[in-house]
Amino acid sequence: MEDQRPDPDALLRRVKEEESRQARGKLKIFFGATAGVGKTYAMLEAAHEQQADGVDVVVGWVETHGRAETEALLQGLEILPARTVDYRGTTLREFDLDAALARRPHLILMDELAHTNAPGLRHAKRWQDVQELLGAGINVYTTINVQHLESLNDVVAQITGIVMRETVPDSVLEQADDVELVDLPPDDLLQRLKDGKIYLPEQAKQAIQNFFRKGNLIALREMALRRTADRVDEQMQVYRRDHAVARTWPAAECIMVCVNLKPRGARLVRAARRMAAGLHAKWIAVYVQTSRHLRLPEAERERVSQTLRLAEQLGAETVTLSGDNVSQELLNYARVRNVTKIIAGKPLRARWKEWVFGSVVADLVRNSGEIDIYVITGEAGEGRPLASGVLRRTSTWWAYGQGALTVAGCSLVAWLMFPFFGAANLIMVYLLGVTVVATRYGRGPSVVASVLSVAAFDFFFIPPYFSFAVSDVQYLLTFAVMLLVALVISGLTVRIRQQAEAARQRERRASVLYAMSRDLATHRLLANLTREATRHLRDVFESQVAVLLPDPGGRLILQPGEQVSFTFDHRDQGVAQWAFDHNQMAGLGTETLPGAGALYLPLVGLQGPVGVLAVRPAQPQRLLAPEQMHLLETFANQIALVIERARLAEEAQRAQVQAETERMRNALLSAVSHDLRTPLTAITGAASSLLDHPDALPPASRQELLQAIYEEANRLDRLVKNLLDITRLEAGAVHLHKEWHPLDEVVGAALTRVEGRLRGHPVRTQFPPHLPMVPLDGVLIQQVVINLLENALKYTPPDTPIDLSASATADAIVFEIADRGPGLPPGDEQRIFDKFYRAGPAREGGVGLGLTICRGIVEAHGGRIWAEDRPGGGAVFRFTLPLEGSQPSIEPEQAEPQTAV
Amino acid sequence: MRPAIARESAMAHHDTTVLLIEDEPEIRRFLRTTLPQQGYQLFEAVTGQDGLAQAAARNPDIILLDLGLPDLDGQEIIRRVREWGAMPIIVLTARDQEQVKIEALDLGADDYVTKPFGVNELLARMRVALRHSTRASTETGESVFTLGDLRVDLLRRQVFLSEKEIHLTQIEYKLLTTLVRYSGKVLTHRQLLKEVWGPLHVEESHYLRVYMRQLRNKLEHNPAHPRYLVTELGVGYRLRTE
Repeated sequence: MEDQRPDPDALLRRVKEEESRQARGKLKIFFGATAGVGKTYAMLEAAHEQQADGVDVVVGWVETHGRAETEALLQGLEILPARTVDYRGTTLREFDLDAALARRPHLILMDELAHTNAPGLRHAKRWQDVQELLGAGINVYTTINVQHLESLNDVVAQITGIVMRETVPDSVLEQADDVELVDLPPDDLLQRLKDGKIYLPEQAKQAIQNFFRKGNLIALREMALRRTADRVDEQMQVYRRDHAVARTWPAAECIMVCVNLKPRGARLVRAARRMAAGLHAKWIAVYVQTSRHLRLPEAERERVSQTLRLAEQLGAETVTLSGDNVSQELLNYARVRNVTKIIAGKPLRARWKEWVFGSVVADLVRNSGEIDIYVITGEAGEGRPLASGVLRRTSTWWAYGQGALTVAGCSLVAWLMFPFFGAANLIMVYLLGVTVVATRYGRGPSVVASVLSVAAFDFFFIPPYFSFAVSDVQYLLTFAVMLLVALVISGLTVRIRQQAEAARQRERRASVLYAMSRDLATHRLLANLTREATRHLRDVFESQVAVLLPDPGGRLILQPGEQVSFTFDHRDQGVAQWAFDHNQMAGLGTETLPGAGALYLPLVGLQGPVGVLAVRPAQPQRLLAPEQMHLLETFANQIALVIERARLAEEAQRAQVQAETERMRNALLSAVSHDLRTPLTAITGAASSLLDHPDALPPASRQELLQAIYEEANRLDRLVKNLLDITRLEAGAVHLHKEWHPLDEVVGAALTRVEGRLRGHPVRTQFPPHLPMVPLDGVLIQQVVINLLENALKYTPPDTPIDLSASATADAIVFEIADRGPGLPPGDEQRIFDKFYRAGPAREGGVGLGLTICRGIVEAHGGRIWAEDRPGGGAVFRFTLPLEGSQPSIEPEQAEPQTAV
Repeated sequence: MRPAIARESAMAHHDTTVLLIEDEPEIRRFLRTTLPQQGYQLFEAVTGQDGLAQAAARNPDIILLDLGLPDLDGQEIIRRVREWGAMPIIVLTARDQEQVKIEALDLGADDYVTKPFGVNELLARMRVALRHSTRASTETGESVFTLGDLRVDLLRRQVFLSEKEIHLTQIEYKLLTTLVRYSGKVLTHRQLLKEVWGPLHVEESHYLRVYMRQLRNKLEHNPAHPRYLVTELGVGYRLRTE
């Protein structure tokens, strides 16, 4: 028995989808065949029901078309005021997205999903507004007609003869949580139309003639019903998947559509999308960039990238391959990706051309092996209109002139050679000329030069001279061969030239990318990275470039130093922020806020968006050329990864610092709890003994206990003082009161303070009699000396000597304290100054702060403290105090003694 | 240092009245158990206002004043007491408050002890302060001051160390005699400068340090570890008498 439980991965995926859908608002679509079936009416009725249930409903946009029944239904619903947009002298009323986001209703009504917004608004299309509303967690009711669906666009155009400009990606319909079909039989619809319930009477008449023909209505109705049925079918499938009903799991289909230069690319893409949807397959749109591609007019290249963008919008993965053997590249890639079906356009070329130049489709069919090839008809003239006026001639008239001039030059040379050489050699001169023209000026001029060469050869060197007439018919063959050879040479030369140029472009792209990666690899700080990246991009794209990174609040900010190189106002800020928040390109050349002067690309790392790349080109047309865009996107990916890497590194470092701080805190806590408790335990114990048995204790024991209490209390006092000192030092709360002091006086004061604790250590001092005074904070330096003395007392055996001395160098006083103890722990000469460091068991436990305090104070004075092993055993601690400024002057005193005799 | 509590004759301070102005009950309890044992008659005030009232009403022989009172600044109490009274005031301060100590001393406090303090340290300070105050009132003034092997003949202006005469300059001598006059008591830089150099030089404490160093070189066996001329860093100097 085969286990029929659902596949856990598939279930998990479903759960995730549902979760992300829960955060989003819910989308309900009222779906109809045509206008007038009552979608808006149905939507408003549903809205009233919701409102009656206590839901917060707002009408974002409703088009009543003056229909009385519909208008009546608007009563009692809150209507969001429209915003007005001035466009070429007329005032347009549009849906106010920001007001809706600010209002945040639970449910918003958005009529006519396919509507195109007025230029200047944030999104080009209303469905994008709806996406943003959903993203903000607002539920949306909306309406759409079947003919507005992107993938059905062609079919509708075929049936009705009307091309819909306003389309909505199919994915919007698919993502809808609920689709309600609003259906009306064609006859009823026509009746309603005649009654003037849909359009005003004069409009109605026109509409019946054009669009609302019964045949159209039936076809559209069928499409709407079919689409809805598909959706129901899909839901059924999902249900079966969830409940493990499916016995067989369809093998993963993968469809690849070959985008070519023909205008019907869009149609191919839509067909592929339909097929992919039907098969529940993923699909890839592929374009093969040949060396010819670079010679194409910009408009054609733009059409390719538009087609690819359309495919992306329809949910395809898009890939651009490069290579000159198109069918081979396509098949290789298809095999790599396990493609099962390839969709290609039907060749439209004349048959002889196919014989001469070969056919991609034929090659595909022949070599595809196990892959199915679908060949689909195209329809010329369909697709988006080409941008006019950007067609670039491959060669200018100037190049043609140069070609003609070259032929003239060849003729001159041949004329000089004519008396000495035969005609065959003269032909060589012309062929050389053609080759030169082909290399330098391209195909057109070289073809012209070939023809001109033959003509000139005939004119000048074939009898009768200076006439195009030919005396000997044999020469006609000579001309024919000469022309053919010239054309072949020019063709080959041009091709080599194109390949070289393509290679150069690729190399340039690779090298600029490499240059940037190399430079970025040497930087670690985020600020440097962004600066380097923008510098490279500025050079490569000849644009103003800036990298915008989010501040902790998620608001994008210009990196410091870039304010000069990038003009950025609050409007740009809005576009950039949108691009960042929605993880989509925005601004110039895109569908979102295309009116902006700059293009904003989200920088998406592996873990999500890290910032936005802003590019303000000097010449927008050049930047928006597809290969430039691809290059820019490649750059953006690189930069995003690098920034993300830097971010992660910074985060890791911060985490490490935090861990270190945590460790310190723990060390402090354990030190404090241990070192404070030990004396407290001793004190409590001794005091309680004295309290409980005041008379039972012999006097010696009592004395000992009292002594213990006293000493432990002193120790506790010193610990507390050290903790306070280090806290103050670290908080930067220590201010130096520097005054001129003789160092020996400070040392003397310190000795006085510790003299009760010397335990028989002989202290020897050696200070030169004329040691200069040094500016220092007496109290703090005294603390340093005390701590060093206590450290020596702590680690050296009793009765060993402690030597204190000082000397002066040119710019500092060096103080030295040397003991005869065990010396420094090997390798820890520096660590002993670290916080909470303790070298082995000290006789008198401390928190390990004394030396840290010393270092803090000495360094605050601009001095240095270090420790070494002392020759002959023991340790030496030294610190320096800089001698800055001039010694204070003292008025000399008259030498007479005080004795008044 | 062994906490051998000085066992002096309780009768020595039989009629000496002490006013303790201190808000911390622990410290009041500690002094309540020790001072009467030493023969002092102790009065306690918990607030500054109460302290001022009691000082006026009881006119104590000595005041122990905590500087950190909740209601009145300790410095303010010193100022107000000094408006009418000359009894010694010893301030009890926390550590690292050199500036506060100096201010209190310059305002007229006689000495300070730093918390935490041992009782014999406090008793020693009190004895010194009381001795100076009784001498001031009776003005007997001895002509020869002796401390260990140091002997200063104030009448003849001669200084001997282990019976060997030491020659001092005018300023050194003046400095020494000032310290002798207030022996055992801390003197701030300001007070010493004013006494020795005059009121115009009160800010030039490096003068003081230079002469103090000369004086130590002449009078101390080990100037870097002085026995008599003790530095209270950040505050001033003291001629140590015990």
